[in-house]
Amino acid sequence: MNPDLFFQYLFAGISYGIIYAIVGVGFNIIYNTTGIINFAQGEFVMLGGMIAFSLLQWMPLPLAIAAAVAVTMVVGALIEIVFIRWLDRPSVLRMIIITIGLSILIREVALHIWGESIRALPYFYGNEITTVSIAGVKVSPQVLWVVGICSVIVGTLNLFFYASPLGREMRACAANRTAATLCGINTNNMVTLSFMLSAGIGALAGCVMSPITYTSYDMGTGLAIKGFTVAILGGLGNSLAAVAAGLLLGIIEAFSISVVPLAFQDAIAITILLIILFVRPHGLFGSKEAASLKEF
Amino acid sequence: MALLEIHRLNKKFGGLHAVNNVSLTVKKGMIKAVIGPNGAGKTTLFNLIAGNLSPSSGSVVFRNHELQGLKPYQVARMGMSRTFQNIKLFSGMTALENVMAGRHVRSRAGFLAGMFNLPHTWREEAGIRQKSMDLMKLLEIEEFAHKESTSLAFGQQRAVEMARALNTEPELLLLDEPAAGLNMKETAELGRLITKIREMGITILLVEHDMSLVMDISDEITVLSFGHKIAEGKPAAIQQNPEVIKIYLGEN
Amino acid sequence: MNTKKNIGVLGLLGLVIMIQLLTHWTGTQYYLTQLTMSAYYSLVILGLCVLMGYAGQISLGHAGFFAIGGYLAAALTTHDLTPYSNTLIIQVLNRCGLLIQGQDIYGDVLLYFNPWVSCILAISAAALTALVTGIPVLKLKGHYLAMATLGFGTIIYRIVLASAFFGEADGISDVPPFTLVSGIPGLPVIEVSGDFSGRVQNYYIAWSMVIAGTLLLLNLIDSRVGRALRSIHGSEETADAMGINTARYKLKTFILSAIFAAAAGVFLTHFNGGIGPSEAGIMKSVRYVAIVAVGGMANIWGALTMGVLLNFLSLRGIFGTYDDAVFGLILILIMLFAPEGILSIRIRQRLRNAFSSSTSEIRGGESS
Repeated sequence: MNPDLFFQYLFAGISYGIIYAIVGVGFNIIYNTTGIINFAQGEFVMLGGMIAFSLLQWMPLPLAIAAAVAVTMVVGALIEIVFIRWLDRPSVLRMIIITIGLSILIREVALHIWGESIRALPYFYGNEITTVSIAGVKVSPQVLWVVGICSVIVGTLNLFFYASPLGREMRACAANRTAATLCGINTNNMVTLSFMLSAGIGALAGCVMSPITYTSYDMGTGLAIKGFTVAILGGLGNSLAAVAAGLLLGIIEAFSISVVPLAFQDAIAITILLIILFVRPHGLFGSKEAASLKEF
Repeated sequence: MALLEIHRLNKKFGGLHAVNNVSLTVKKGMIKAVIGPNGAGKTTLFNLIAGNLSPSSGSVVFRNHELQGLKPYQVARMGMSRTFQNIKLFSGMTALENVMAGRHVRSRAGFLAGMFNLPHTWREEAGIRQKSMDLMKLLEIEEFAHKESTSLAFGQQRAVEMARALNTEPELLLLDEPAAGLNMKETAELGRLITKIREMGITILLVEHDMSLVMDISDEITVLSFGHKIAEGKPAAIQQNPEVIKIYLGEN
Repeated sequence: MNTKKNIGVLGLLGLVIMIQLLTHWTGTQYYLTQLTMSAYYSLVILGLCVLMGYAGQISLGHAGFFAIGGYLAAALTTHDLTPYSNTLIIQVLNRCGLLIQGQDIYGDVLLYFNPWVSCILAISAAALTALVTGIPVLKLKGHYLAMATLGFGTIIYRIVLASAFFGEADGISDVPPFTLVSGIPGLPVIEVSGDFSGRVQNYYIAWSMVIAGTLLLLNLIDSRVGRALRSIHGSEETADAMGINTARYKLKTFILSAIFAAAAGVFLTHFNGGIGPSEAGIMKSVRYVAIVAVGGMANIWGALTMGVLLNFLSLRGIFGTYDDAVFGLILILIMLFAPEGILSIRIRQRLRNAFSSSTSEIRGGESS
């Protein structure tokens, strides 16, 4: 493999990988506050891209993206308020089925609004043949946008969770919901907030990736499986590790193109997921004892 | 050789040494009690014996077989049955069905026999039902047989759990805090029940918090504190043991 | 208990015959096609009901087992073996009568697997797949189990979609009829096919399979094994402590449900004369789960009723382009408002009250 091709694969891997990472982080945010795996996580990414695409008719790109993120956050909040909040200690099976039902519903609504065709936002800078040169390697500027914005998302989230009072309250809620309630934290609002955050970052990721990977109504399930793989790989609940795991998966997938037929690419992530689930369900970076304390 | 022999058993959870070098033996036919304040490691010890946890080191020998590495269902098949501290009945099944489920290890009908409802399963089912009802009569809970098990009163649930455990025809019955949540009268009733079970030839090892019950019925008592065994002997001797008194009075 | 069960099954048989006669008298035989298809789908649902409702294990990959059955049956009975006819294995198979000969439009001889052979191979393949995937997958619980089975379903979907052997996006068509009985004097040829003239016959073939399946599963649930399965659902740890080998029982139930799904796949593919990748899709798996949930999870009759009803409505196109959305909505509503299934909400309670004087035979298993 010549160096040029190598870097092409590498950058493709990084830009896909960081999207997986964002979906994985989205899983973690909701999991941490509720113990729920939200199977509709991938649909947030699809909604972001689709809504921004539609809004583009009336407003410039940055505004359309901001609005799309806001709308998706509202969807996330509504999901929590309408479907999740009032359930009294639901079983895991029940939550799985509800979120799967939600993901189907969102997908079908999207199908009726946007149809089966594949949509794409325009490149943020230049077009599909524009390249910039980094250390002699040509990459699309969109890749830099993806990496840049997603890094900002992850960084801001970390700052939010560890340095802001609200973030600390959310972590308290994650650690022990009863105790957090006793300390006067409104845990219900924290859960709503976690759905909003999770939807918001998903939508933003969906917008920045749209020019390269396109947006289609049924992209959610595939993304959810990959995001979940990443979340598990990093140890459920551990967001920084999820980012590392996301990059790893993206790069593995990108390089596998030369060996595995494109149609089987999804199978790579699933195979990794299955192997991890069987061998190290607490993740590559997680500790076994901590994982055994979590309820499953 | 005693029925159950535990040698220098250890269990560590991270930095916590829940069971620390505990040895004890249970002879056939006796009622043996393990007592100790909360957090002494009693339930952990139980879970180590029944195969729910694997020890950090040490051995558990039951009927001359080393139990290391056996799964709980294998331990159960060897003739050890148990009840749980927080009663664990099968929800969605009647009391009778719960007790019948305990007969699993003493019956054979498999998937195909069940699906095709083969004649030889009829006799087996009838036998299971009969034996289960007999046990429920013995424990005086036959009137609740067809009630949903988790709708019963606490003491009745405990009796159902005990009938279920007995239905496996164990050599050794492990009772995890059987008096927890019972009032004085129910506790006395329970004591009578336990001696009745011993008269059936079943050896009993119980973990208990309630001193009155243990002093009444046990042949031998082991006292645990912070994972260590601090005393062992007949109830009268334990009552006099200064160290045990210190722990219990100190705790109160 | 036994009489109650038998009355139920006899009632079902009576209903099946009555509906056929009704369509005959009213000239609405065209319903029979969808009723036959619904019957086969219900077979998948019955198996899944035992796995989910009784053994308590979710599977989001059961369309995968259906597809293994259907696709293998289709591929083995449509791919011409003449290019390999000189190889030893094909000659041996041919000698044993396991292959059948056909003719293409130019009159050349073609060689296929006998549908009986392909049926047995397909179902065995599904059972074997269930065994191999089940051993590791069923160690998982909750979210992990759901994701792992979802992953399994996706892999099967990708394989059928990407392999030329399975027709890629077009699927496999022109699957020959499956002759069950022929050459017996006095009996007509009985075959599974979508042939117009065999409509009534096929309706009865499908429904006898459903009736037999229902009876087998009802027996199973009433047996020692059924009690063990329900106890696993109640508390796996306790079942284990009672000497029940929970891992093995879960695995066997998984395989059993895979066999039901694969058998349904084989027969429906012969009936439809083909199979396409959508049969292997995630939506199908989710639909099966939805129907089991609506039926009340641990309720064979509920699963059967809902399986026939919802599939029939869906196949008649009642839900239009909102077909998948309807099933998504059903899932959510059921899990939000009636996690025990709609058949269990009020009716069950009333029945219970009505019978409470003689409740001894009403099973607690259905009340949880």
